[in-house]
Amino acid sequence: MNIIVCAKQVIDVSEMKVDPNTKKPILQGVPQKISDIDKNAMEEAIKIKEKHGGKITVVTVGPSDAKERIKELLAMGADEGILVSHPEKYDYHVISSLLAEAIKKIGEYDIVLCGEASIDMFSGQVGPRVAALLNIPQITYAQSVTAEKDKVTAERNMGDKAVTTESTYPVLITVTKESNEPRLPSLMQILGAANKPINDWTADSLTSGLNPMVDTVELKGISMERKNVIYQNDLDESVSKLVDSLTKEGVLR
Amino acid sequence: MQLELNEQQKMIQKMVKEFAEKEVAPIAAELDKKGEYPTKTLEKMAKLGFLGAIVPTEYGGAGLDTISYATIVEEISRKCASTGVITSVHNSLVCWPIIHYGTEEQKKKYLPILAKGEKIGAFAATEPNAGSDLGAMQTTAKLKSNKYIINGDKTFITSGSEAGIIIVFAVTDKSAGPKGISAFIVESDMKGFKVGSIFDKMGINANLVSELIFEDMEIPKENLLGKEGDGFKIALGALDGGRIGIAAQAVGIAQACLDESIEYSKQRQQFGRPIAKFQAIQWMIADMATSIEAARYLVYNAAYTKDKGEGRFSKEAAMAKLFASETAMDAAIKAVQIHGGYGYTKEYTVERLFRDAKITEIYEGTSEIQRLVISGSLLR
Repeated sequence: MNIIVCAKQVIDVSEMKVDPNTKKPILQGVPQKISDIDKNAMEEAIKIKEKHGGKITVVTVGPSDAKERIKELLAMGADEGILVSHPEKYDYHVISSLLAEAIKKIGEYDIVLCGEASIDMFSGQVGPRVAALLNIPQITYAQSVTAEKDKVTAERNMGDKAVTTESTYPVLITVTKESNEPRLPSLMQILGAANKPINDWTADSLTSGLNPMVDTVELKGISMERKNVIYQNDLDESVSKLVDSLTKEGVLR
Repeated sequence: MQLELNEQQKMIQKMVKEFAEKEVAPIAAELDKKGEYPTKTLEKMAKLGFLGAIVPTEYGGAGLDTISYATIVEEISRKCASTGVITSVHNSLVCWPIIHYGTEEQKKKYLPILAKGEKIGAFAATEPNAGSDLGAMQTTAKLKSNKYIINGDKTFITSGSEAGIIIVFAVTDKSAGPKGISAFIVESDMKGFKVGSIFDKMGINANLVSELIFEDMEIPKENLLGKEGDGFKIALGALDGGRIGIAAQAVGIAQACLDESIEYSKQRQQFGRPIAKFQAIQWMIADMATSIEAARYLVYNAAYTKDKGEGRFSKEAAMAKLFASETAMDAAIKAVQIHGGYGYTKEYTVERLFRDAKITEIYEGTSEIQRLVISGSLLR
């Protein structure tokens, strides 16, 4: 089974702060990591490889320091990494196109695994776009995946219900955070990752003439204004005032 | 000169941090309360290679450099000081002497078992009347045909009741003083080995520390580590490395004190604002952070000096251990102070950190002994 995992380097959003005056996110010095849900995709890939054998290739579109993050996935169990250089301007369309071109260049594959969305932008677009560009079936929001020899069955998390879907290969699957618990690499695997190959592919060598269709004008933190109302008087009176206020705000109906 | 972990060391640190947050932190308070040994955690740590961190790869270990190893002990100790010291003793005081003084047979027999965590290691040097003055030990080992017969009592032995492999020090030639001490690899199922009482301690309660009793314990002659009379040298060499481990443990405890203090002081409101807005708190936080950073660099420096392999690193290890342990105690005092009355209750982590910090100034050489080692190397 040839498995491709698409992974993104993101900033660790839990360490990100927003400038209280300009409301702009402070991105400088924030540590980078592999988007959490992409690690779920990686874990699913390892499980499939453990069952059927084969090879796992990780593809990332990102800056050169993303190589260190790819090493984390090589330590987890991927066999090879490919880093496609970041174009200066990009959006979901550009990234998806580059991933699709990279996957075509890899050639043989049975499953492409992605996280349902990245933890920074959380658009959830890249997986479906790549499947469309490759013209292969897709199963999104998989909370469990069972790969058999000729077909794959996945349970899709549709919020209030789960839908079981089957597909033949090749197929693209996006997995949810709940799908599994990504393993930690052992010390020996971390040391071993240094000897696994990471190939550099330039964006230009894959395709040309890609232009972003979305223009990011500004990034701004959202502040939640609180009303800070304190009810201090008699308990019964406070409760009825609180209920009144909540009704007025539309919280209680 | 570069004062930064390399990418591989960072990846190891990140992995251990994630492991400690997920597997060590949630049970640390409970293990402390119950005085329960972290057996299951150690099994998980063994799978990730932590128990064979410094063991060469040909014997089933990870063969890590000492800086990487120190980051492991620090990150584990940041969440549970007991699990941290068990890791440190297992690696520095048990695996290391076998790596450096063991015969090929001894290495092949014992290192893979230790690296896989199938047996936990203990280091038995201290006796009721031989603590800082190790040379005063009274446990004896007498050679009878092809066996050594060991008699005596050891005390304050980390993992004593849990260990399967123990490095035991005993006098083989009383007339030779410290040069008459020898080291032995002892298996806990050998006849004549007994665990005495387990100590009811102030802190590091998940680390079971006990007495060990040897009554006519027979061990095969080939379990002598190094040559007869090498024991004192082996103990001091192991303790140099052990001190890097304890210093890393102390940095972990101190860092935990800072982590808790920052979080609490931002949340705790007094006089209408978070106490973090008060200069008294800010200065304590600043002093803690500064000392911790200095302590961590002393640990890295000692680890770096050890790995350079240009002879002894006693002074560097002693400086790291002295400064880091005093930093841990100081940070714990400040952390409890910042938490006020709540910090004095068992509801808050800093209460445990306060109790755990103290031991780092005592074991594997008290602060006074560290000062003796440092001044000794300067005033030679």
